[in-house]
Amino acid sequence: MNRIVNHPILDKEKPAKEVEIFVDDKPIIAREGEMIAAALIANGIFINRYTIHKHKPRGIYCAIGRCTDCIMTVDGIPNIRTCVTEVKDGMRITTQKGTGVWS
Amino acid sequence: MIVTELAIVGAGPAGLSASIEARRAGVDVLLIDENARPGGQLFKQIHKFFGSRAHKAGIRGINIGTELLRESEELGIHIWLKGEVCGIENGHNLWVVRDRNRSEIVKAKKIILATGATENAVIFPGWDLPGVMGAGAAQTMINVNRVLPGRKVIMLGSGNVGVIVAYQLMQAGAEVVAVLEAAPVLGGYGVHTAKVSRAGVPFYVSHTIKRAFGTNHVEAVEIVELDNSFKQILGTEQILDADTVCLATGLTPLTELAWLAGCKFNFVPALGGHLPIHDDKMHTTQPDIFIAGDISGIEEASTAMEEGRLAGINAAQELGYISEDEAKIRTDAIWDSLNSLRSGYFGQKRRDSKDLILQNGKR
Repeated sequence: MNRIVNHPILDKEKPAKEVEIFVDDKPIIAREGEMIAAALIANGIFINRYTIHKHKPRGIYCAIGRCTDCIMTVDGIPNIRTCVTEVKDGMRITTQKGTGVWS
Repeated sequence: MIVTELAIVGAGPAGLSASIEARRAGVDVLLIDENARPGGQLFKQIHKFFGSRAHKAGIRGINIGTELLRESEELGIHIWLKGEVCGIENGHNLWVVRDRNRSEIVKAKKIILATGATENAVIFPGWDLPGVMGAGAAQTMINVNRVLPGRKVIMLGSGNVGVIVAYQLMQAGAEVVAVLEAAPVLGGYGVHTAKVSRAGVPFYVSHTIKRAFGTNHVEAVEIVELDNSFKQILGTEQILDADTVCLATGLTPLTELAWLAGCKFNFVPALGGHLPIHDDKMHTTQPDIFIAGDISGIEEASTAMEEGRLAGINAAQELGYISEDEAKIRTDAIWDSLNSLRSGYFGQKRRDSKDLILQNGKR
């Protein structure tokens, strides 16, 4: 829903293979090879985690892997920087609470 | 352990240019970048560059990036992607975490640090809400990832990053509600500022953000006027409807590896703060470590490419691939080009600051 389809400068996007990933057990459609954070924004998801003490929501901030604001639990591993991690078919992503839980 | 003659950290405009020059001279180069794709921030620069034709002016950053990648491929430059350089030891050994799951030591005779920069933050109540992000972050989302991170954007900062990203957000389909500038005058090149202004975006000089409202996301933003000493003037607040705030408030060089390597630093606020001292060959105070690009002072991709070439040529000279005379001739030519890039109203300040660093770097 938030994908940029028509753009005055950028070339038309090459057709991408769609994959299914799961965010808090809910399936969404992503594009193979895109960053997790981008797939979430494309699907209208803007909260990646909640902070440990005040449980405040956090979204993307730097989008280049430096600030760690967008970390989530990915396939059982917490604290994954979703802005620099590519989606894979069947990936399971969890909105992280605090420092997350390994599973 | 991997042994190489020259290790270059960062495959943005500076690192790519350095690796191309060094490889052309015959040096065994290993280029390391933490990202999945090389090019640094070039592939989000969809606007045309400034300067003269010799500096690739009039060409979009994405096309410059494509050209650099083509050249580096033709030269067969060895590149490690998803390689994070986490440490540096004895001025020669790089600790690299590869693919986030294994570590490797790279022993290099010479090292060029071309690590780039990171965006500055501005703190106000609500700055931590989803929807507040760096202008570069929004630019990455729209131009690289092709997703729109917000619909109604307030841009804080009217420098080149602020106005260029504001315009690109509009090209991507967003509405830019306002561009705010804390200083009493606008900061960007006139041509970029004019494009945004012509599109009907209001500019607020002497204004900043007082707070952002929202529970799970930015829902509105309160702005306030600033006096001559940048203090908020009570009673001038107004609330703007917005779902996104982009911070275009400058960059800070990524100098961690230079600190770790024991490079001497100087403090040059006009170029981003603490910077490694370097000479006219981009040599730091450490015998085998060079720097190039934003790590040596925040400028533009055009200067980063020239500095990368300087570092690449002079590293190749020290490794014995280029004669001293030839390196000197080429170094001088690049400095002519850098000096012309660093001219005019905006460039002269950068040139003056660079001259200070070079004075400190004279040994």
